Amino acid sequence: MTSIATSGALRRRIPATGFWSWVTTVDHKRIAKLYGYTGFAFFIIGGLEALLIRLQLARPENAFVTPAEYNSLFTMHGTTMIFLVVMPLAAAFMNYLLPLMLGARDVAFPRLNALGYWFFLGGGIVLYSSYILATAGVPAGGFVPETISRLGSAANGGWFMYPPNSGATFSPGSVIDFWLVGIALAGVGSLVSSVNLLTTIFNLRAKGMSLMRMPVFAWMSMVVNFLLLFSIPIITVAIFMLIFDRQFGTSFFEASGGGDPVLYQHLFWLFGHPEVYILILPAMGIVSEVLPVFSRKPLFGYPAVVFAGIAIGFLGFGVWAHHMFASGIGPITQAAFGLSTMTIAIPTGIKVFNWIGTMWGGKLRFKAPMLFAIGFVAMFTIGGLSGVTHSIVPADWQQTDTYYVVAHFHYVLFGGAMFGIFAGLYYWFPKLTGRMYHERLAKWHFWLMLIGFNLTFGPMHWLGLIGMARRTYTYAPGLGFDFWNMVSTIGSFLIASSVLLFMANWIDSRRRGKPAPMDPWDARTLEWSIPSPPPEYNFGEVPAVEALDDLWHQKYDEDERGRPVRKPDADARLSDLEQRHLHPAHPPHLPAPSAFPPLAGLSALGFAFGLLYHATAFGVVLLVLATVGLVVSFLSWSQEPLEEEAGK
Amino acid sequence: MTKPKSAAVLFASLALLLASCAGSAPMDSFDPAGPEARRIVDLSIPVFIIAGVIFLLVEALIVFAVLRFRDRGDDGEPKQIHGNTKLELVWTIIPALILAGIAIPTVKAVMDLTSRPGSGLAVEVTGHQWWFEFTYPKQGIITANELVIPVGTPIDLEMTSADVVHSFWVPRLAGKRDVIPGETTYLKLQADELGEYLGQCAEFCGLGHANMRIRVKVVSQDDFDAWVANQKRPAVEPADGTAAADGKQLFLTKGCTSCHIIDGVSTTATVVAPNLTHIASRDVIAGASLNFTEDDLKAWLANPPAVKPGSYMPNLHLTSDQIDSLIAYLETLK
Amino acid sequence: MTTHELAAHTETSTGIDTRKVGMWAFLSSEALFFGALITNYLLFKGRTLEGVHPRELLNIPFTSISSFVLLMSSLTMVLAHAALTRNDQKATRRWLLATAALGATFIGGQVFEFTTFYREGMTLSTNPASSSFFVLTGFHGAHVTVGVLLLLSLVAVSFRRKGLTFARGMNLELVGLYWHFVDIVWIVIFTVVYLIR
Repeated sequence: MTSIATSGALRRRIPATGFWSWVTTVDHKRIAKLYGYTGFAFFIIGGLEALLIRLQLARPENAFVTPAEYNSLFTMHGTTMIFLVVMPLAAAFMNYLLPLMLGARDVAFPRLNALGYWFFLGGGIVLYSSYILATAGVPAGGFVPETISRLGSAANGGWFMYPPNSGATFSPGSVIDFWLVGIALAGVGSLVSSVNLLTTIFNLRAKGMSLMRMPVFAWMSMVVNFLLLFSIPIITVAIFMLIFDRQFGTSFFEASGGGDPVLYQHLFWLFGHPEVYILILPAMGIVSEVLPVFSRKPLFGYPAVVFAGIAIGFLGFGVWAHHMFASGIGPITQAAFGLSTMTIAIPTGIKVFNWIGTMWGGKLRFKAPMLFAIGFVAMFTIGGLSGVTHSIVPADWQQTDTYYVVAHFHYVLFGGAMFGIFAGLYYWFPKLTGRMYHERLAKWHFWLMLIGFNLTFGPMHWLGLIGMARRTYTYAPGLGFDFWNMVSTIGSFLIASSVLLFMANWIDSRRRGKPAPMDPWDARTLEWSIPSPPPEYNFGEVPAVEALDDLWHQKYDEDERGRPVRKPDADARLSDLEQRHLHPAHPPHLPAPSAFPPLAGLSALGFAFGLLYHATAFGVVLLVLATVGLVVSFLSWSQEPLEEEAGK
Repeated sequence: MTKPKSAAVLFASLALLLASCAGSAPMDSFDPAGPEARRIVDLSIPVFIIAGVIFLLVEALIVFAVLRFRDRGDDGEPKQIHGNTKLELVWTIIPALILAGIAIPTVKAVMDLTSRPGSGLAVEVTGHQWWFEFTYPKQGIITANELVIPVGTPIDLEMTSADVVHSFWVPRLAGKRDVIPGETTYLKLQADELGEYLGQCAEFCGLGHANMRIRVKVVSQDDFDAWVANQKRPAVEPADGTAAADGKQLFLTKGCTSCHIIDGVSTTATVVAPNLTHIASRDVIAGASLNFTEDDLKAWLANPPAVKPGSYMPNLHLTSDQIDSLIAYLETLK
Repeated sequence: MTTHELAAHTETSTGIDTRKVGMWAFLSSEALFFGALITNYLLFKGRTLEGVHPRELLNIPFTSISSFVLLMSSLTMVLAHAALTRNDQKATRRWLLATAALGATFIGGQVFEFTTFYREGMTLSTNPASSSFFVLTGFHGAHVTVGVLLLLSLVAVSFRRKGLTFARGMNLELVGLYWHFVDIVWIVIFTVVYLIR
């Protein structure tokens, strides 16, 4: 296919390759790549912000950056990594894999899928434009020695944005508004995406794929999307209320006006805690796919791993105030949330033991995906244990808001989520590109990253316990912080080098990697039963699923001792599958590309900037144009058929 | 390349960690100097030990599995085990029991450590951007940055904020507690050893957060009583013709009186800046981020926003002679 | 191949139409959105510090009538759907317009109510109770407005060559789900804000 017809109002032929084909794509695999590359670009930016932070903290009373710059850097680093890196990278995996794992042609709502990406990108653009466009105000009556630089003019209230500090009085200027609007827009994107993916998981499974025959990654994705569905509205409410406080004189969170600053904390963490499970569950899903393949054994205790994931998601809504143990909530509340937090450790522990049980007695092959998956289990265990220490409420009164909690969440988010993501990136690289990555370089990446990561964040446990508070642009000498901060800074540069190795590997392997077969890892799930890279329509014919790990059972029987015996016709079967998918008897119809999702996304971006500049004529014009754009996009979209009209 | 390498790295780091214990860490929460901090340590240590044991167990299992079950290139395939219900129940129930065991002392500690105002020496703490104000209601004195308390005495902190959310934290004495505008929060602490303890604001509060610190001075009961008596006296009057007198004149004319209170000299409608009546009795200035020494005072008075960006105290463009006079005056305010 | 025809070809794993599943998912998210706003109102309804309290200004009789109007619009929505299943294009259009008109009347009532409050000194920023009131009812009103626009779009589409076909009929059912949800949210708001004091 060299060109595809769009349909509806803007019917015309557009090439299947090139810039516009990417802009108007509704193919889940392409949208996944958009999420992936954009998310990774933000990873690099967030990483640079981290390096600047670490350079500032390498020595006591350092003046590498000003306090204003530091406050922007740590706020943007956290916001970026959470909203613009881990969430989109998880979205990339879910988007790419779910239809393939479930035996579907695409997701439930291909155009809505695209819309989710454009809203995410818009949110990121609004957020990062704050470096260029926003004004950082100093509270009335405060003085700064020089005008705050551009580097200091991005959002700067910390990624939680607690009022009153983030309110109009103490953060005049526009940096906070850029954050609020940007995150709101990105949040709508996530919400849209979650509706889409949940419907996909529920409704688009191949024949015979009952829920309990779904890969664990699909289960974890289901839980994640439920969490998104229910938590994003809450932070949206919190954001609106803060915007209203800042712009329209309400006092939801202003004590002077009768409001309650702690209410914001409750609303924020009602979102914020499920959010951290949103961040980790996809990686847990990935690891649950990788470990069995490279242990040549099924996942140990599939039902338990699934139900533990569901339990974590469910319980995740009942622990939010453990982020607020020092916020003046009463002792009974603290005790209750301490107990609920301890409870969550149980399903988490179950998963860790089941993963070890998967490896136990297996035949372990240490390719890069497996290294990162094992690294995940090892590092996440540390992060999980420090999390349990946080549930000891009085101990948390010492640990919270110090580098101890910074260590905790980096162990679960970097050692956990990012390691899981790297495992997935290497694991599915052959499927995505049709080539193998360079194994030796990947191993260098792993070891350098593992060492750098532990050097960076390990000492932070210690630093927190001996009294180093977080979000401080500097610290005094003589407190015992100096040596380990320097170590941590050195570690961060090791991490950076390892990331460069990864990038070099990815770029070069895409062009020059050895061609990869359909099933290079001798894997277990459906996505390995179609060609690498998959044809646009994924499956030439819809597979009929007869068991969990259906592909494995097509290749292997079990002898009387339970050991796999490769079927004599396994290779022929695979070959046959490949051919049937490459040359289908009835080529499936595909959703046509559409201009309306990107148009709606652009309108939403315009609307966002219109809100930020609503006090100017320019802003008002933008708002009007954007509203028109949104209405036109959605109306046209509703009248545009999903697929090419038959015969064209 | 196998896992033992990373295990070695981890253990080496641990060794280095312990080695660094030798250095001074005046805010070490694991070096408690009072019953509240000690209770937390006593609760934490068993938990950390259990966590450490679990950590070693889990990592050991991983390392063992990696070594024992690695693909040696032979033809055998592993048994396709799908699970083991008994084992899974065991590793569900045992962690649950461990957690239940930890939960009980945790809940008890929360209840015991919750402040019940009225039992000790009351001090009102008000957080400001970026300094802490301390009022002793029974004694009728107001001070800032440095909290002076008698040794071995329970202290009831009743806390609020004048602007944004801050957090009062002196690790060697107690856990932290946020101070919130429009609300009162409570913290009890007690110091059983004479000396000085350092603290830090522990809730991000803007540009000066890193510079918002606390000094706690623990003195004998007699010394405390003497300190209270001194704090109640009005400000010392500088002798005529001295540099200090010049300094006082500058204080009155350079705008300092619009923010700073000195009993008998200047007052403000609300408290917006530290009370300077007895500033020379304190060791620290500028949110306890600087010391009451010539050098620090000079740097501060020359350009406060340069020292603490965001500072509400402006650069008054004082000449160095003016600064010297002002310092002379401040030094009389014992 | 239109979407519906494709949907007919593809059996869904749950047996429920894919777009309906999507709408239910979206509505459950909206339930939390309004839940957070309602909780917020409940928390703040006693906080006046100064200024007029919503309690003093609410006009129960007036709002009862506009609530009734909104309830009736759900009825007309059901009738519109019934007309479509009979393939009675004209009736469908009529009932859709009726629903939109009733919805617009409700909005008109809200606007009248709000301007009255503003004149009597209760604005968005008067006190936390008034802020919570306006944010809650305001967002609900915005949702109703979007619903009216959706209904009018359906009417507009019904003038296309094939009218509101069954393929596009799923649109009507989806809009209906959304409309009923918005109505139910109003019942909760009315009860919590106006009736329970």
